[in-house]
Formats: sequence, C-alpha cells, structure tokens
Amino acid sequence: MISASDFAPIIPVLCVVAAGIACMLAEALRQPGEQMPIGGLAVIGLAGAGITAALLWGRTVIGFGVVTADNFALFVVLVLVVIGLLTVLFSPALVARDGLPAGEYYALVLFGLAGMMLMAMATDLLVIFLALEVLSLAVYVLTAIRRHTIGGVEAGFKYFLLGAFSSAFFLYGIAFAFGVAGSTRLERLGSVLAAEAMNQSPLALVAVGLLLVGFAFKVSAVPFHMWTPDAYEGAPTLVAGFMSTAVKAAAFASFTRVFLSALEPLRPSWAPALWAIAAATMILGTVVGVAQTNLKRMLAYSSIAHAGYLLVALVAANDVGKSAVLFYLLVYAIGNLGAFATIALLGTRDRANDDLDSYAGLSTRHPAIAAAMAVFLLSLGGLPPTAGFVGKWYVFSAAVQSGYYGLAVIGVLTSVVSIFFYLRVIVMMYMAPPAEVPSPAAPSRVAVWALAVSVLITFYLGVLPGRIVELASRSVATIF
Amino acid sequence: MTPITPVHYIVLSAALFTIGVIGVLVRRNVIVILMSIELILNAVNINLIAFSRQLGDPVGQVFAIFIICVAAAEAAVGLGIILAFYRNKETVNIDEMSLMRW
Repeated sequence: MISASDFAPIIPVLCVVAAGIACMLAEALRQPGEQMPIGGLAVIGLAGAGITAALLWGRTVIGFGVVTADNFALFVVLVLVVIGLLTVLFSPALVARDGLPAGEYYALVLFGLAGMMLMAMATDLLVIFLALEVLSLAVYVLTAIRRHTIGGVEAGFKYFLLGAFSSAFFLYGIAFAFGVAGSTRLERLGSVLAAEAMNQSPLALVAVGLLLVGFAFKVSAVPFHMWTPDAYEGAPTLVAGFMSTAVKAAAFASFTRVFLSALEPLRPSWAPALWAIAAATMILGTVVGVAQTNLKRMLAYSSIAHAGYLLVALVAANDVGKSAVLFYLLVYAIGNLGAFATIALLGTRDRANDDLDSYAGLSTRHPAIAAAMAVFLLSLGGLPPTAGFVGKWYVFSAAVQSGYYGLAVIGVLTSVVSIFFYLRVIVMMYMAPPAEVPSPAAPSRVAVWALAVSVLITFYLGVLPGRIVELASRSVATIF
Repeated sequence: MTPITPVHYIVLSAALFTIGVIGVLVRRNVIVILMSIELILNAVNINLIAFSRQLGDPVGQVFAIFIICVAAAEAAVGLGIILAFYRNKETVNIDEMSLMRW
C-alpha cells in the first residue's frame, strides 16, 4: 500500500522536477524579447532539493521499496545540488552569449539532475534503468542544444548513439539478472547470488558482464570512452563541465551500489575485470591527454583518467574505498566544473578560444580568471594544498589497504604524468607572452562569485578535509 | 512436437541481440543504426517476458512496457538530433560525422 511516507525520499527529486516544469512554463509564457530570470527558478528548486536532502540525512527512509534515501545517496544528492547550483550560476551570461534557448536549457539541466538524484537513490534495477534514461535523454539534448552548428549536433549524435547502445547492453544485463534472481530488487538479487555462491549460473556472469559494460560506458572508462572527447568538445563548454561531473557522480553512485552490494557475492569474477579496466582507464586517459592541444579535449581525457581513479577506489571495495568514491566525486566535481566554466567564460560567441595557444599570457589579460584556472588545474592534478591531493591520497590508501599495490602504483605514476599537462597550461598562462585573441565579455558578477566559491571549496577541502571525509565515511557505514 | 521452453526464448533473444549489435557496428546509415538499437531493446523484451512467464512474476512484463515507453522517447530524441544533423549537412551517413577525430 502506498503511504505518504513513501514520498519522503523522493522529495528532493520532486523539488527539482517542479523547478524544471516551472522553467518550461516560464519560457512558454514569456513574451518575445521579454527578459526573465529563469535561472532563479532553477536556483530555488535546487536549494529546495538541498534543504530537503539535508533534512532527510540520517533517517534512511525507503520509498515504494525501490528508492532508498540513505546517507550514501543523500551525499551524492548534495554533490549533485552543488554541481547544479554552480552550473546554474555560471549559465546566464553564457546562455545569453551563445543564444541558447534559456527555458529549455535550464529545464533540461534540472530534469537531468532529477534523473541523476533518482539514480543515486534507486535500489531496484527497473528504477535504475528509468533514472539512467531520464538523465541520459536530458543530457543528449543538452549536448546538441546548439543545433545550428554542425559540431554541436555531431557531438550530440555521437553521444546519443553510443549512449543508447550502452543502455541496451545494460538492459540486456538487467534481463538476465531478473532471470537469475526472479526479482529486480538489488537486495533480493544479492541474497540469491549469495545463496548460490558455490555454483553460479552462467546467466549471472553474463548479467554481471553486461551491467559492467553499461556502467563503464556511462562513466567513460576504457575501452568504452570513445564518445567522451568528441561529446565534450562539441557540447557547449559549460554543458561539457556539467556532463563530466554530474553524470559521472550519478553513475558512480549507482555503480558502487550495484556492484558492492548486490553483486558482491560474485566479486571474485568481476574484480579482475574491473582491475584491468581501472588500470587501462588511468593509463590511456593520461597518455592521450598529454598529446592534446585543445583544452576541452585535454580535460575530456583528464576526466577519463579521473574515472580510472574512482574505479580504483571501487575495486578496493573496503570502507575507505567506498567513502573515497564519495569524497573524490565532490573534489573532482568542483575542480572539473570550475575548469570547464573558466574555459566557457573565456570564449566568445564565434570562437571557443579553447586551444592551448589562446591561453598564452592569460595572467596579464585576466589575472583573476587565470589564478582560478590554475587552482582548478592543480586540484585536478592532485597537488597539495588543494582538494585533489586529499582525494587522490584517500583513493590510493584504500587500494593499498586492500592489497592492490599494482593499481596504487599505476595511479601514482599516471598522476605524476598528468601533472605535466595541467602544468603546461599554467606555464602557458603565466610565462608565455600574451596571445592575440578576441577579448571575451567581462564575466557577470554571479559567475565571478561562483568561481570564487569554487576556489574556496577547493582550498577548504584540501586544507581541512576532516569534516567532509568523516561525513563521507559515516554515510557508507550505514548501508554496505 | 517439442514444447517451447524458456531456453528457446533466450536463444531467440540472443540471436536478435546479435543481429542488432552487428547492425549498429556495420551499417553506415544512422536510421538503420537506430533500428538496430530497437532490435536489441526488443531482444531484451523477449527475454524479460520469457523469464516473467517462467517465474510467474509479472514484474518482467511491466518492465517490458516501460522499455517500450523509453524506446519511444529515445527514438524521438534520436530522430530529432538526426534531423538537426541532416539540416546542417544534408546526409545521414555516419562516415560524414568526422568533424572531430581523436
């Protein structure tokens, strides 16, 4: 029977959906030429989601038996709220500059976030699939939102095609899991697999393999990463930042939940595969990243490498690893979104200004933006005293604790190599003579504030990570 | 006459799945690729309904209906993007999508 308390866990999602619908209605009711602060509606909805998620903290309410608002999910929801708020704060000037349809843009961001939040909370394969599709469909359209430019549409189509293909694999895996367990609930799947730990049916292994492929596509792990650089390069820069952080956060939340709770009994069969994927992802992301001269493509490969670090924490699968996934998602989200937003602020309508050369001497032209960019890049590279250092240290210590020394070594080595391409940008900004590039419009005050807050969070998490780390480790203690 | 068992359905769905995957990988027309993805989704539906019948659990059938809905939404978005691509480039051949290369 449905009771009112069933709705409690999805209140944050409902806030975001309501704001999304409000954005669409506002756009529909807007007179041509009338200015409307549609982004404000998005901020209200996201604030509501953040507050309700904070109120649900520590209660572990279950809705309809298929969504669970435990602390793990709520942590990810709060990360998503932060990503959403930063995205919305950076957006107004960029939406106006690129002539994007404002109502649709904000509505799609919000609908995507709603799907992501649901995905983090879902404990039923059917709901996970629906949430995955809700977020994917929104992000496909966002990628192709500049539909009059060939690059934008091509990026959107590539992303759509491979995304739909991977969803189909994912679904095929769900069908087999349903056949094995007789239910789509993760809990039931886990208990059935645990009971048959000695003689696993081949169908269960097929299901694990297909689910792994589906998740690997969404988090852009090697060898399922091909769409990432193209999609990020063609998408509007801020959307690329949003995609690379929010989609990854949601997919990793669900990945962790499915593999470390329901499929835990099959760990001996999937851990080696995941080990190999994590190693390949870190290496390829870093090595190919070094060769890039376009900043957006470089960040795309860097985001592939970061997916590898997150996978290391997932393979380690101990308590430190699980909370490292949460902490790293937050750290990575701030750094990556900040870097993409900075690139977006430096572009003009006709030119993205995203090749390395146009960053030459940025520190003399825009000292504040250059400084912010440097902080984000150092954080992505994992240098102290920024947040990235703590995140990486946390991930690798989880790997060492579980005895995965090989992965930890590969991780540290690739981080060192990756510092090369992050530092190259910084050297370009501070030491090269200024380049002749069309000057971008001055960033709006809101965007400057959002940038400042991101920088502050990066330092805060790097210098005083204790509170958030403790929050992350307590949120995994309650469930797995 | 041999009775039809769940294994038959699984084999049928595996065949459909394979045809779909090969179609996505081999065909160059994006509309045909989209159709191949639909084939994979229908392979999933057959699987789910066969399991649902075998287990006596209607969840599988409900799931199949959800998949049909989602497939419709996906086709709408996909065709929209293809249309936008066609307007820009007057082709639906995937080999023409070569603006960006890694």
